[in-house]
Amino acid sequence: MSQEMWTYFFVVATFGLYIYIAIKSRAGSTDDFYVAGHDVHPMVNGMATAADWMSAASFLSMAGLIAFLGYGGSVYLMGWTGGYVLLALLLAPFLREFGKFTVPDFVGDRYYSSFARIIAVICAIFVSFTYIAGQMKGVGVAFSGFLGVPFEVGILIGMAIVFVYAVLGGMKGITYTQVAQYVVLIFAYTVPAIFISLIITGNPVPQLGFISNVRGEDISMLAKLNTVLTDLGFMEYTSTNKSMIDVFAITGALMFGTAGLPHVIIRFFTVSSAKNARVSAGWALVFIALLYTTAPAVGAFARLNFIDQVHNKQVEELPAWYGSWSETGLLGYEDKNGDGKVQYFGDKGVDYGNGKIGDGSKQHPDSEATPLNRDIFVLANPEIAQLPGWVIGLVVAGGLAAALSTAAGLLMVISSAISHDLCRRTIWTDMDDKTELRVARIAAAGAVIAAGLLGLFASQLGFVAQVVAFAFGLAAASLFPIIFLGIFWKRMNKEGAIASMLFGLISTFLYISYFKFWGGTPDQWLFGVSPEGIGFVFMWASLAVGWGVAKVTPEPPQDVQDLVEDIRIPGTRKAHGAADEGMAPMPAE
Amino acid sequence: MSAQEEKQSGDANKAAYWKATLTLTLNLLLVWFVVSYGAGILFRDFLDQYSIGGAPLGFWFAQQGAIYVFIALIFYYCRAMTKLERKYGVEG
Repeated sequence: MSQEMWTYFFVVATFGLYIYIAIKSRAGSTDDFYVAGHDVHPMVNGMATAADWMSAASFLSMAGLIAFLGYGGSVYLMGWTGGYVLLALLLAPFLREFGKFTVPDFVGDRYYSSFARIIAVICAIFVSFTYIAGQMKGVGVAFSGFLGVPFEVGILIGMAIVFVYAVLGGMKGITYTQVAQYVVLIFAYTVPAIFISLIITGNPVPQLGFISNVRGEDISMLAKLNTVLTDLGFMEYTSTNKSMIDVFAITGALMFGTAGLPHVIIRFFTVSSAKNARVSAGWALVFIALLYTTAPAVGAFARLNFIDQVHNKQVEELPAWYGSWSETGLLGYEDKNGDGKVQYFGDKGVDYGNGKIGDGSKQHPDSEATPLNRDIFVLANPEIAQLPGWVIGLVVAGGLAAALSTAAGLLMVISSAISHDLCRRTIWTDMDDKTELRVARIAAAGAVIAAGLLGLFASQLGFVAQVVAFAFGLAAASLFPIIFLGIFWKRMNKEGAIASMLFGLISTFLYISYFKFWGGTPDQWLFGVSPEGIGFVFMWASLAVGWGVAKVTPEPPQDVQDLVEDIRIPGTRKAHGAADEGMAPMPAE
Repeated sequence: MSAQEEKQSGDANKAAYWKATLTLTLNLLLVWFVVSYGAGILFRDFLDQYSIGGAPLGFWFAQQGAIYVFIALIFYYCRAMTKLERKYGVEG
């Protein structure tokens, strides 16, 4: 079979599997639809959480990003895994003990306020939509790049698949398809990584290859990479051009943002108890770490290999994958000096005028490996490792699995915020379970369509990558503080929560918009912190605002204080008058 | 014991359990901070003079080590919490 046939085969086979699972796990009640019947096994939920979490960006872009950023890429590795420690220790078990369906549910009930609930709904929807646009774009790119299907049609196919399992099965359908998607994506990621590691270092385990010598040489892989890069005028791989405070803040924003992301939090509502929520967070991190510890190895190997095979090579000597990927526009060369060879070198010391001196983080203006899209380092891996054509098909199916699983989790947040928090808990409080289930399906269908349209338009405008900072910044500064204070400080009240959320939302939004869209320059950064890291700074400010306002306003009602006591102690959760009026808590085991 | 006394001792027990939980959480967060922000960022330059298999140690913590410790932390927390729940008789 040709490579394209294999790609079709894997994509059709995996999509068929997802639909089969969807039909098998249809939701019969709101409990099924929102929290998968809240009896998912902790390990299964951990796997589903890993797929939910790892997006098209984790799968396709992260290794390449690290390959170019070197040490600077560590912010993603620590940030997107360290958040799970916060989830396990500070949020997940308590929110499960609280026992409702959504994040705005917690905010609305704990802070006895529809207004607080609505602000949480707005945060959740905004965060999820900024995130989902990137997923839909990823689906479109995968289809157009590999199967020759137009970008728009690719997005439509992706929408149709998610539509089937999200609308039919809700969280239940999503959970079990995510498990299948995890298996597909991790297999697709690790197989090429193992072979690349073998080629470069002779060690089949990428994590060990990362700290091994180059095969057949007496120098460690990283030391060689540092030498090769500095010789070419790039900065050392193990260094960065970011300031320490910025690295610190970005890592913080990503960690606390991860812990505050609604689509991650709601996954822990699907297990049966607080105890299982803790265990489940551990499993989730194990499954995530499988990819996240492989990615930095892949990044370093790919950079070294790229230089080895491309730099100073005659055009006709370039490896076959170079030519085949040039057709996609992601990769190419320009023979600027006309010597028939491709030179690849960095901009260290280049004087760009207006006082800017190159620091070796980019290619030199005369360097010839252009364009060079960072995603190539994952996409071309199977060919670089000289693996058979079917492996490429597998990688495409893996990328689609990563995008679809994350999109589905986000859709769940958006649709439940509308059907449950807005319709059932705020506007029509007397709605019965059956009607709510119907509304939930309609909301899910609407959300799929909205997400698809967003994918189409947002990617045409080209700002997808720039808005991801919003998702983490807003989750860190507006959602994390009030959930945390709601559990660990009994005295936290409605006024404090509303002030804290509004402060976090508005300050982060304005800061990021100012630097991303309204022409702010880096010398104006607050404390030298970039928009990517500002969520961390405003998170602390938002905690302080919440604390300060709560101190000078009345304490919360007794019912609410009793509720907080209950969620701290496993197995003691009872219904508490006003706080649980609209909906009784789910029982534990 | 009267019902009143029983309730009071139950409340004291819960309070002790919660205090123990907070202590455990704080200690684990300290480790969490030390391996990521500490080893991977603040003290990276110092640690980089040592190496693990040719990788500078601070760099390795930032790209590998911290993640392994995070996993161990969560599973340790699960075990320690189960023990605490048993000790204070508050199993869910």
